[in-house]
Amino acid sequence: MSMKVATRQVDGITVLDLSGRITLGEGSVTLRDAVHDVLAKGSKHILLNLGNITYIDSSGIGELVSAFTSVKNAGGELKLLNLTKKVHDLLQITKLYTVFDIKDDEASAISAFK
Amino acid sequence: MPDSNNSRVSLTLASSLESVDKVERTAESFAANAGFDEDTVPNIAMAVREAAVNAILHGNAYNPAKQITASFEATSDSLIVRIADQGTGFDPTTVPDPLAAENILRGSGRGIFLIKAFMDEVHFRKLHPGTELTLIKHRAPAQPAA
Repeated sequence: MSMKVATRQVDGITVLDLSGRITLGEGSVTLRDAVHDVLAKGSKHILLNLGNITYIDSSGIGELVSAFTSVKNAGGELKLLNLTKKVHDLLQITKLYTVFDIKDDEASAISAFK
Repeated sequence: MPDSNNSRVSLTLASSLESVDKVERTAESFAANAGFDEDTVPNIAMAVREAAVNAILHGNAYNPAKQITASFEATSDSLIVRIADQGTGFDPTTVPDPLAAENILRGSGRGIFLIKAFMDEVHFRKLHPGTELTLIKHRAPAQPAA
């Protein structure tokens, strides 16, 4: 039910494979901690793989935005990968779809980092 | 405990995240049982979840001495959900537009927007103390009655 994060490195990019729910409480905190951990270790290029995210609420959307801002403020880049239809629709409704750089193919996402 | 029959459920719950999940699950099952389709049910459940979060987080501020109530009613043409807290109340007109350029990168403030996006009618009523949100979803003309 809660969110899980698996971290891996691909060509110098940190990929966070997220699964479960990003909601108020544990899910949002887990995402925040994971992104902060990556930044603290000096990696500034982060790809969030949301392919196994089953649910996201307004708190989770806010956490994605905060992650995007944190990484950008640290001089890095955060991209989103593999949006489910529900997450896609929520980002459209909230007009965040054009704020994020969203990819549906990992290889092209990795190569898109500058 | 819920007081329920075929068309009405009422819950009184503590100000906790567990209550948010319970209200969400209740909304999901109630809307499904009321005959709403599989695309609409998750949207109703999300709107109700956001209302419960507002009641517990912003209304009651997790105060263990305060509770929320959630009631669900299915009529021949609508699903009506009422979520009430015991907080100090708030003015919905003061909520910033999350789509405005200056707010788009804010880390919060999208709950009421999503509630309004997914429901057909949203009404706020001041209680003494607290706030009651009434969320209404109309049935599509072709949908059967509950």
